[in-house]
Amino acid sequence: MKKVIDQLVKAVGRENVFTEKEDMLTYSYDAAVLDSVVPGVAVMPENSEQLGQIVKVCAENKTPMTVRGSGTNLSGGTIPSGASGVVVLTGKLNKILEINEADMYAVVQSGVVTATLAAAVEKKGLFYPPDPGSQAVSTLGGNVAENAGGLRGLKYGVTKDYVMGVSFFDAMGEYVKSGSRTVKCATGYNLTGLMVGSEGTLGVIDEIILKLIPLPKARKSMVTVFKTIEQASEAVAAIIAARIVPATLEILDNFTIRAVEAYSHAGLPIDAGALLLIEVDGHPGQVEDEGAAVEELCKKLGAESIKVAADDAERDKIWAARRSALSALARLKPTLVLEDATVPRSKIPAMVSAIQEIAAKYKIEIGTFGHAGDGNLHPTILTDKRNKEEWHRVESAIEELFDRALSMGGTLSGEHGTGLAKAPFLEKEIGHSSILFSRRLRKAMDPDSILNPGKITGVI
Amino acid sequence: MAGMNELANRLKELEDQLVICNRCGMCQSVCPLYEQTRKESDVARGKLALLDGLSKNLFTDPDGVDKRLNNCLLCGSCAANCPSGVSVLEIFIKARAIIAEFKGLSPAKRLIFKKMLANPATFDRLTEWAGKFQGLFTKSEKNAQGTSCARLVSPLLHDRHLLPMANKPFHKTRASVDTRTGRSGLRVAFFTGCIIDKMFPRIANDLLDVLEYHGVGTWIPGGQGCCGIPALASGDRATFEKLVEYHVDLFDSQKYDYLVTACATCTSTIKKLWPSIYGGKASGTREKIRQLSERTLDINQFLVNKVGLHDMGTGVDADGEAVTYHDPCHLKKSLGVFKEPRQLIQASGKNLVEMEGSDKCCGMGGSFNLYHYDVSSKIGTIKQKNIADTGCKTVSTGCPACMVQISDMLAKGGLNIRVRHPLELYAEFLRNQKLIT
Repeated sequence: MKKVIDQLVKAVGRENVFTEKEDMLTYSYDAAVLDSVVPGVAVMPENSEQLGQIVKVCAENKTPMTVRGSGTNLSGGTIPSGASGVVVLTGKLNKILEINEADMYAVVQSGVVTATLAAAVEKKGLFYPPDPGSQAVSTLGGNVAENAGGLRGLKYGVTKDYVMGVSFFDAMGEYVKSGSRTVKCATGYNLTGLMVGSEGTLGVIDEIILKLIPLPKARKSMVTVFKTIEQASEAVAAIIAARIVPATLEILDNFTIRAVEAYSHAGLPIDAGALLLIEVDGHPGQVEDEGAAVEELCKKLGAESIKVAADDAERDKIWAARRSALSALARLKPTLVLEDATVPRSKIPAMVSAIQEIAAKYKIEIGTFGHAGDGNLHPTILTDKRNKEEWHRVESAIEELFDRALSMGGTLSGEHGTGLAKAPFLEKEIGHSSILFSRRLRKAMDPDSILNPGKITGVI
Repeated sequence: MAGMNELANRLKELEDQLVICNRCGMCQSVCPLYEQTRKESDVARGKLALLDGLSKNLFTDPDGVDKRLNNCLLCGSCAANCPSGVSVLEIFIKARAIIAEFKGLSPAKRLIFKKMLANPATFDRLTEWAGKFQGLFTKSEKNAQGTSCARLVSPLLHDRHLLPMANKPFHKTRASVDTRTGRSGLRVAFFTGCIIDKMFPRIANDLLDVLEYHGVGTWIPGGQGCCGIPALASGDRATFEKLVEYHVDLFDSQKYDYLVTACATCTSTIKKLWPSIYGGKASGTREKIRQLSERTLDINQFLVNKVGLHDMGTGVDADGEAVTYHDPCHLKKSLGVFKEPRQLIQASGKNLVEMEGSDKCCGMGGSFNLYHYDVSSKIGTIKQKNIADTGCKTVSTGCPACMVQISDMLAKGGLNIRVRHPLELYAEFLRNQKLIT
């Protein structure tokens, strides 16, 4: 390790290399509820050249490396590999290099915070829709590596739908450029697509070209109240079946409503079985038509009341209530496990029932909220990890949640990634031959297994 | 180091508070220090993880954790933004005390806290001497902020632009005040606070004039000292508790309806830290602290919510002088007070112009400014730019410590912008209207 540290110091300067035990502890975890792993050294490059040199040092010494943005990962993607490993911090690679209004794209360094880019482009009447819950902190490099989602996935898609190109260092430290600044690009392999969601296992992301779209001219938000969560989830399916695609279509169950109300006193109906928070956007006429159609559908399906936000202040209130869901639940118990098993959206009612059954079966508390419109629910388990017996039940419940989602044609993760948390279950979803193909691909790109070992496909 | 088990055991008393942190990392988005360094150990999540590690005996000595724990402005931005509601400041302060009790205070801190701060009369005498001799070491800059700079190169002063000590501290001109309740039917006790007493007696005098104008009776007991936050922030819980007990006795009276301060830091300390950190045995004292802290209000809050301002059609006065306002962390993030100072400024006939990041920490952070002046200045430079960008010639803020830092930053930038407490602007308005003299 000493040799590696010396070489890193030579590459980036003493002030950007951290080895003290205390610093190492602070790079041993991310936001996932997983055991921490303490790395051997952390290094903070200030530019692309330094980033490349770091990869070369790791390649030369066959030292495993894990890239860390803000460490908001919810599946353990940024948990390091161990005492012989390097953590590469992208905090100083945080420049927006270009916002091209004519061609509607932005070029950013991997450490740019998502919300910073979103705010910068909105000032120019442009829109970067992916909005993970942690967007105030999460980095775009991390979003690309994890293929992050968010509240607007239903209409606008997720990170992968906005990545036009990625520049990265491969496992040998060679600089590779993929994609293009053009809307269409059909040359070569789609290396960009390969890099998105690769969780740092195929290359180290340096710069990203991101697609921007026009900022919608109008939007309308509403809260609809349902007596039961079944009714609410049927309304979700009905809205989509009516060929209406809201920008956002979120669900909150009674447990979550009560937690939010106790915390924020926003005036939510605590007796409601569930709430749907809906936003339609686009041209003013379209927004009027779709808004009215959604209202009518919800009424037909038994909505007890519908409240349309009269102005921006009321709109902000609705989304503040939604955004506080996680916070409100987090205050109830010491440990919170936010899952993201996802199903085809027509299966939302069935998944909602399955979550309730699982909570009862394992005698644990689960609050359900999430992106109902795209099938990406967040069953959120409230527990205390120190209670070993209960934690054991939680682990079993999580596995059953995965199984039920897969049995409905769903996926283990809608937006948090595989990481360490879901690596053991991956084969259940993609099958044995896909696992083998993935491992061969990985081996070909990274023969010495230095890039974020252990993630996605497990140890290869 | 021997005794690490003992330290780990003592830190276990924080376990129930530490375990609430889900390590989501949201604290990174608001931490002024992290914005500069991008280091995880500088942000709350990292520090909480380190304390957890220390309590689990992962380190052989506490120095590394202690060093990182102290590298913090205690601005409370993280706590105010924490989805899980982790009591970050309370944890940090308790942990600093536990570690300081384990390691012992440095000789310099022992001298400052135990010999000076803990004895209000000694502290007053020493600062008075300092005030008298300051001219030997500093020279006035004759700028809008009224700062001085050092005549000699000093490693302690760096290139600071200092606000001078008052020629006469407030307590020397008005040793104690006791006026009758007027038409408001209210009577307040005034906790002066060190910086107002020794650097800004003009604010205390304005406060008396304004209260008199509004028919509020004022009681200022003599012999006041420090609220205890500097000692507490350095882990000296004993000095803090001594000061709390001293003041609770001094202010323990039925002679007032509210205790007001014009210092955001003092208000926050009295309201939040006195009751939550005081660990003294006497249950009577605890009850007295609770009663006192409940009756404590920031002066802006008191004037706006309890008195009602001079009726001049409060609201935006577009023709008034443009003034921008900086939210002291201890007012907005700790106490949720941010509307009232703005209302006071508008009631003073000013045109309030919001700056970018008005509630972003100015970088002062008490002794943080002393020990980490470089980073403190970098944070302060952002504030300086945001103030300058408004084009205002006055910046107002409700914390004298912020006033010191902002004055330094503006003076450094050579900016012709004055720094005033909202109360001063209100007094200035009443004076211009010939309502007070």
